[in-house]
Amino acid sequence: MTIRKTTAMIAAIAMLAVGACSKKAPEVLPPNPDGIDDGSGGNTGGNTVIPGSQQDFLNNVSSDRIFFGFDQYNVDAEDQATLASQAQWLQRNSAVRVLLEGHADERGTRDYNIALGERRANAAKNYLASLGVDPSRIEVISYGKERPAELGSTEEAYAKNRRAVTVVIQR
Amino acid sequence: MLRPITLPLALMLTAAPVLAQETPAPAPTAAPPAPTEPRETIEGTLSQDRTVIAVPALATPAVTTVAGLRTDSLGRQIAEVIAADLERSGLYAPLGPGSVRAITMPEVTAPRFADWQARDAENVVHGFVRTNSTGGLIVGCYLYDTQLGSELVRQGFEIQPSDWRRAAHKCADAIYSRLSGEAPFFDSRVAYIAESGPKGNRIKRLAIMDSDGGNHRFITNGQALAISPRFSPDYKKIVYVSYLDDRVRVFIYDVDGKTQKLVTESRNATFAPRWSPDGTQILYSMAIGGNTDIYRISANGGTPVRLTNNPGIDVGGSFSPDGKKIVFESDRSGGQQIYTMNIDGSNQQRISFGGGRYATPEWSPRGDLIAFTKMSGDFRIGVMTPSGGGERLLTNDWQDEAPTWSPNGRVLQFFRTTRGATGKSSLWQVDLTGVNMRRLQTPQDGSDPSWGPVLP
Repeated sequence: MTIRKTTAMIAAIAMLAVGACSKKAPEVLPPNPDGIDDGSGGNTGGNTVIPGSQQDFLNNVSSDRIFFGFDQYNVDAEDQATLASQAQWLQRNSAVRVLLEGHADERGTRDYNIALGERRANAAKNYLASLGVDPSRIEVISYGKERPAELGSTEEAYAKNRRAVTVVIQR
Repeated sequence: MLRPITLPLALMLTAAPVLAQETPAPAPTAAPPAPTEPRETIEGTLSQDRTVIAVPALATPAVTTVAGLRTDSLGRQIAEVIAADLERSGLYAPLGPGSVRAITMPEVTAPRFADWQARDAENVVHGFVRTNSTGGLIVGCYLYDTQLGSELVRQGFEIQPSDWRRAAHKCADAIYSRLSGEAPFFDSRVAYIAESGPKGNRIKRLAIMDSDGGNHRFITNGQALAISPRFSPDYKKIVYVSYLDDRVRVFIYDVDGKTQKLVTESRNATFAPRWSPDGTQILYSMAIGGNTDIYRISANGGTPVRLTNNPGIDVGGSFSPDGKKIVFESDRSGGQQIYTMNIDGSNQQRISFGGGRYATPEWSPRGDLIAFTKMSGDFRIGVMTPSGGGERLLTNDWQDEAPTWSPNGRVLQFFRTTRGATGKSSLWQVDLTGVNMRRLQTPQDGSDPSWGPVLP
């Protein structure tokens, strides 16, 4: 009984995790800043994923992004787990540099949101650094409210737009 | 180029010879006015008690053509621009050239007041257009009180043909100033951001135009995100933020030279730039390690002066018209609020206490008020005194943001964003009563307007 129960719980957690993952994949992908390839174009089908690529990064971390509360920039426990998985991958791929994009939802003024995105991107950068990632490998840019991942004007969309996204810089 | 000239009392002396013959005017009332160009669809609200002003097409002593422009067509177009300016001010109900008869050259200095009284016009604008010997235009502009039968305004301008709209704005400014007692504001320009494309990947281009949307011109091609432009007081430069090379940096764009340079060399993000009233200094915000503070630098470069030093976000800023103080926003108290300080950063004081968050403060060119965005649920445009008193909200929509003052401090432009995945932004204008509100027509969507001073 006990064993069966545990198995059922693990299955339930796995399903939750799958659900969470599919939920986190936005229907409309955020645009790539110039010169940054997300790798999704060249790695479909059975092609080999290039080690150290954006696709390799996405395949091996729990998420490429962390989320923040309204006007907040603290890294909570869930974010820490996400960033820990990113840090592990970055340790294995020590030549790779990343860009941390800070974003805000649309319910803020433009200039303030750029400052807020700077706070968020730097909070993520600092946490990665605290896990041993050389901060010189991490560039930061704030997009403020200019590049929403979710286009709706709902609390759900805003929650997904208040984010810091780690993107592999392709050489 | 626009040069004010003194108009002689008797126009006949300077008019073309054909006028000396005193050709009888064509039966004015018999000919119905030609249909005017379709007017823009007006979105907004207007006050009810507006002064009726007749603005017939300007007369011409002889139909001549210069630079492809016919003086009779220009007479009508100039009257249309004057009427549109006066209407947009919210104070007047103009009867433009599409709804009143044309005038003859002799009428310019001898109006038939009874005709205009019959149209319930309290005032009537008359004027003329003619070419001069050097390929330019002379535009005369007169305002009359129809009841008193008296002349209130007489102005003349010598202009290049391509500047004909400026003559119209100068004429409208003279009329507005004479009737309202306020300083002029129509002959001024606006820098803003033209927006297109899907919400998740907007193309944002720096663009400039006259205060009425005329003479529109795109400056940047949209390859790099452009935001938050500000015209220099002499209109020769625009300071703005470009995401060129995937960095956030303040550039100064030279309007005539079509070149740009960085305000300051830094590895850190620089944004939210503003000019000092004399154009010699630039304020900007810079984020170091995630913390944003406000800096001041000479427009020619040099060493920046740090004005705020605070773990909160200090951002934006706007000089008082005397150049002695700066109003800015900071979240050092927990949320965004408005503060003032001296230009050396001393004496920082919070002035907004009304509840909710306050952002994007802009000091009026008159010095008497500070405009802002208030965020309390929805985003609204409001004004308060420089000490924080007398708060009034002027708009009430889902998201109105970033007010910019007309040169006379009586009107504000801002941008309005609509909600949802297909949400758009557009430029709007409201006067200090909050009653007269207008959408400005732009070729694409618009945001981040920045209104410059009256042209000399």
